[in-house]
Amino acid sequence: MRASGDRGADGAGDAASAAAGRLSIVLNGERRVVGAGLSVAGLLRHLSLEPGMVVVERNREILARDALAAVPVEEGDRFELVHFVGGG
Amino acid sequence: MTNGHPDQPFVIGGRTFASRLIVGTGKYRTNREMVGAIRASGAEMVTVAVRRVDLDRSSAEGILHHLDPAEFFLLPNTAGCYTANDALRYARLGRAAGLNEWVKLEVIGDERTLLPDTAATLEAAAELVADGFKVMAYTNDDLITALRLEDAGCVSVMPLASPIGSGLGVVNPYYIREIKRRLTVPVIVDAGVGTASDACVTMEQGVDGILMNTAIAAASDPLGMARAMKLGVRAGREAFLAGRMPAREIAVPSSPAAGMLERETT
Repeated sequence: MRASGDRGADGAGDAASAAAGRLSIVLNGERRVVGAGLSVAGLLRHLSLEPGMVVVERNREILARDALAAVPVEEGDRFELVHFVGGG
Repeated sequence: MTNGHPDQPFVIGGRTFASRLIVGTGKYRTNREMVGAIRASGAEMVTVAVRRVDLDRSSAEGILHHLDPAEFFLLPNTAGCYTANDALRYARLGRAAGLNEWVKLEVIGDERTLLPDTAATLEAAAELVADGFKVMAYTNDDLITALRLEDAGCVSVMPLASPIGSGLGVVNPYYIREIKRRLTVPVIVDAGVGTASDACVTMEQGVDGILMNTAIAAASDPLGMARAMKLGVRAGREAFLAGRMPAREIAVPSSPAAGMLERETT
């Protein structure tokens, strides 16, 4: 699925975090380390975000709300979590 | 409303809207003020932007915590996009929020003037229409682009009155009138209105509606300006329907010339 270029540049760090049961991902442009084994729905819960209020893009692909629980968070994933704000 | 000229319903893309005034939700000092001003404006269609959730400040709530989609028709925009591809991405993220399949398409071409990139707007419009979107396209006051956007399948074409946030009013009423005369889809003037007289003059050109944000949000009293804009839009619409007198650069007396007393000679 993912091109290797999507993975973090810091390969050694990725390996170390994976070994410790943790994953390195990019959330809204910032690198974060999260526990392994999360679904995307679990990631939102971890961030205290209501799934109904957020749209999730994973590796440039929009995820349907009803798919969030079935999609796993994987090493190197790049997420954009967006919502509506004031605008003209 | 008017006696001799009952207005037509305001229909965009097969949906009837209660107000010809469409408002944005940006730049308000507080959410409370934003909701109050929108209610005071009488607007039914309300624009919103798509942005990253602020993960460091969980108190920064999305606007859906303050605006009920059952009360207002929320129109996601692609504001801030400078390429057709970015606009497509934002439009699709907005649609994935699950409210509707509408989008206010905006592709900017210049940071200083925020004037639209009309070529990129046309490209994105065609793609979004093919993807099932109802596209309301922000564009320049240029007839040819407006015609092309209509041909591309946009449900509304939205020429600017003047640059976004400038408050300069309609700088080219002739172009706006010509766009309205030549298009079949609703023409909504988007951006540049500064105060209620601008809204009135804009509606007097015969356009179907106005979209504004800064003029209300940046007023000293946004609620007061929202009420004034509601009246300005209404006054301009009714004046257009009533048909104005011809303008002439010579005075014509309103009182009869006949029946005057003998004029004193000087």
